[in-house]
Amino acid sequence: MGFLDRMSTVVQAKMNKIMDKIEDPRETLDVSYEKQLQLLQNVKRGVAEVTTSKKRLELQKAKLQMGLDKLDGQAKEALQAGREDLARKALENKASLQAQSATLDQQIADLQDQQQKLMDAESRLAVKVESFRTKKETIKAQYSAADAQVKITESVTGISEEMADVGMAVQRAEEKTENMKARSAALDELLESGTLTDYSGSDDLDRELAKVKAQSSVNDMLAKMKEEIKK
Amino acid sequence: MIIRILGDGQFRLDDNLVDRVNKIDNKIVKHVSQGNKEEYARDLANLISTIKELAEPLDPVEILPSDIIIPQSDMSFEEARKVFCDEGLIKG
Repeated sequence: MGFLDRMSTVVQAKMNKIMDKIEDPRETLDVSYEKQLQLLQNVKRGVAEVTTSKKRLELQKAKLQMGLDKLDGQAKEALQAGREDLARKALENKASLQAQSATLDQQIADLQDQQQKLMDAESRLAVKVESFRTKKETIKAQYSAADAQVKITESVTGISEEMADVGMAVQRAEEKTENMKARSAALDELLESGTLTDYSGSDDLDRELAKVKAQSSVNDMLAKMKEEIKK
Repeated sequence: MIIRILGDGQFRLDDNLVDRVNKIDNKIVKHVSQGNKEEYARDLANLISTIKELAEPLDPVEILPSDIIIPQSDMSFEEARKVFCDEGLIKG
């Protein structure tokens, strides 16, 4: 088993870090249990972090959607005013926002997946930790038995593997949320500065449209006055 | 045999399934050494879904070491390469 053997080696290395060498095997059980409880807390924290990141992205998605709707409205207004050039500009902006929005959707789905996995890992670990606790008391009670050492090794190895796995999952989730934090901070900045939703550059779409609208209302008023003078 | 998919917990496999898993594993090794990214991703997904579909999940109450450990489904090609490189399987 080429690839899988390698993976076992990687996990084994992590497990060795988790398992300390302690003189009294019974103490090994207690130390391991302490570490399990710590890890459970870490997983809970990991889940909370992923949830927060996801909420943040969802908020950004809502903001982007507002921007999309606004640009859509602007394109329609521009077309109604016979300014196809402005409508084109609004739609071009919309297309680039849509790309951002699709990326966000992907990231949200990714975090959702991550969140679910961590929550599953948390509940598996919680069951195992409880099972370990019971087992450890039993082993300690019959410590004089010849097979106690074997049982200790087996339980500690089994739980250490679970801990290595969960520990890596938490680490991965943390790396992912860190990456996303940086990207979403950049997007936040863009949204705040209005670069994405409100293209207020030199030829601001809003201002152009306002001008077009003002122009057409002036024309209307002029036409009205002309009618009145004729009478 | 007990198998762990990193991030997905442990499963119990019978010998037939172990054979199937072994075959896919060999393909993955080939893909990594030949640099076939797409085939790597496809077969890793295939490996994991085969186990999830056909193997029986281990009751979390049981505390047992695994015989085989499978990487997480989102392990990138680069990461897979590193796993080999670190062990000196692939030079460069």
